[in-house]
Amino acid sequence: MALDPETRDQLIAAIRRFVAERLRPLEAQVAEDDAVPEAIVAEMRDMGLFGLSIDPAYGGLGLSMEEECLVAVELGRTSPAFRSVFGTNVGIGSQGLAMFGTEEQKARFLPRIASGELVTSFALTEPEAGSDSAAVQTRASRDGDAYVLNGSKRYITNADKAGLFTVMARTDPARPGAKGVSAFLVPSDSPGLSVGRPEQKMGQHGAHVCDVVFEDVRVPVENRIGAEGEGFKVAMQVLDRGRLHISAVCVGVAERLIEDCCRYALERRQFGKPIAEFQLVQGMIADSRTETMAARAMVMETARLRDADAPTTLEAAATKYFASEMVGRVADRAVQIFGGAGYIADYGIERLYRDVRLFRIYEGSSQIQQLIIARETLKDFA
Amino acid sequence: MKVLVPVKRVIDYNVKVRVKPDQSGVDLANVKMSMNPFDEIAVEEAVRLKEKGAAEEIVVVSIGPSQAQETIRTALAMGADRGILIQSDVDVEPLAVAKLLKAVVGEESPGMVLMGKQAIDGDNNAVGQMLAALLDWPQATFASKVELSGDKASVTREVDGGLQTLAVALPAVVTTDLRLNEPRYASLPNIMKAKKKPIDMKSTGDYGVDVAPRLKVLKVTEPAKRQAGVKVADAAELVSKLKNEAGVI
Repeated sequence: MALDPETRDQLIAAIRRFVAERLRPLEAQVAEDDAVPEAIVAEMRDMGLFGLSIDPAYGGLGLSMEEECLVAVELGRTSPAFRSVFGTNVGIGSQGLAMFGTEEQKARFLPRIASGELVTSFALTEPEAGSDSAAVQTRASRDGDAYVLNGSKRYITNADKAGLFTVMARTDPARPGAKGVSAFLVPSDSPGLSVGRPEQKMGQHGAHVCDVVFEDVRVPVENRIGAEGEGFKVAMQVLDRGRLHISAVCVGVAERLIEDCCRYALERRQFGKPIAEFQLVQGMIADSRTETMAARAMVMETARLRDADAPTTLEAAATKYFASEMVGRVADRAVQIFGGAGYIADYGIERLYRDVRLFRIYEGSSQIQQLIIARETLKDFA
Repeated sequence: MKVLVPVKRVIDYNVKVRVKPDQSGVDLANVKMSMNPFDEIAVEEAVRLKEKGAAEEIVVVSIGPSQAQETIRTALAMGADRGILIQSDVDVEPLAVAKLLKAVVGEESPGMVLMGKQAIDGDNNAVGQMLAALLDWPQATFASKVELSGDKASVTREVDGGLQTLAVALPAVVTTDLRLNEPRYASLPNIMKAKKKPIDMKSTGDYGVDVAPRLKVLKVTEPAKRQAGVKVADAAELVSKLKNEAGVI
């Protein structure tokens, strides 16, 4: 459902204001405490941010992909840790269920996901299965009207807050690749499920990733998403969609960094004038602005394609590849423009520089995106 | 009780205001506009009264260009029930605004008019007082606290010497000060629902009010640039400069 332009603009304006007035002042504190204050999480719930992508029939906003991307750009203008609070509910944590779940499964979980009462998490990565996501070893053995899950998952975003996991596990050990994997909805209070300590990360402090361990966890058959062996398909569709959201966040962070750079360059004086008047500094600003505009155009074009139900595997991979690498370059230039101040924690630039490094790695590394782009391109000529 | 909340679309408080080159006014081309912050506080207070059960309906009225519908929608997203836009493409002066509002009060019969103490563009601080006079209603301006009991309102005002509390009989005009409340962020679902709430489109002619300007703007200029300050070595030098150069102590 597409919103009329006036309502859409009001929605974007409300989020921009929330980000500027409520989130940005807390960036340093969230990084220091490695936690987003509970009062802010409650405000996010009240605003409806957990339900951005979920069908209004289940209490969400049902934004189109284009609208969701516009919102994600706004959310990108502050520490990515804030977006992570509800990011899994909007994306990887809910979309398997939203795209492939039965009516009964959706009615059982989606309203609480949309309201933020239930935080969701997506458990695909394992110690031996990362980029090679079809190499999942976690086992789901059928036992009567249930499956018994055994195995461990690694670097699972929001695992420590999640009430519900979408878990990829191997139901057919005879089929080693993608075809033997199925997807399951596993409540976090299931006996035998345990969550490890949050990892110490390079950046994005305030957003947690943990190990999740399954020891004889019984999951009722009715919690399986799709048919047996369809898990990999579910995972790929979920990630395909998530790539656009992440790309939009990259655009937002880049726009924020450019804003910070320009303000600093206009104020900081060397050789008797603001450094913004030096052409070598201008060159960096111009490159950052140009690349950000290119990424934004890719995000919006691909989002519109997706809203028109066109295939976007190639486009989403290319967008994620370009946008995540782009924001890395923009952050690097930001440190350079800030000079010594860019290397000092108080200015927050080095923090964003560390934060954006993750975008090139998760939800498909740049190298995996390259493989997808090449594969899809070669297909056209084979 | 019905509460009427007048709201004004003004230049956003974050925007650096620029004067037009011909000094005829402020440049509004491509400038972000939003609801007057004091009016936002009035809307918030009205919504809180409704949530407490003290008010049944909140009607928002704006006088301005058709884009002022966005300002009304913002109020509807915060929790107001319906809107009235009195369209005018010319700047309407405080007295004419007060006369138009008097006519709206006549049609709507609210138990209270809750409005910003002033708009941040003109800074006139006049409409609330003029409206109360035209209606011959009690007024309580610069409210920092509003409490209702029966047909009376108890309004606390921040005055130079401290706090002053007035009791006014309803219906009354109450104007809001900055510390009355902190307006909420409209939730995204409510922004979407606001689209379905009605806005009644009117024109200044519908109320038979003459909005022709009575005031003439001679010239608008930017404030004088501030001179650079000086650094002093110690407190003694500061005191000496204040005493001998500035002559303020």
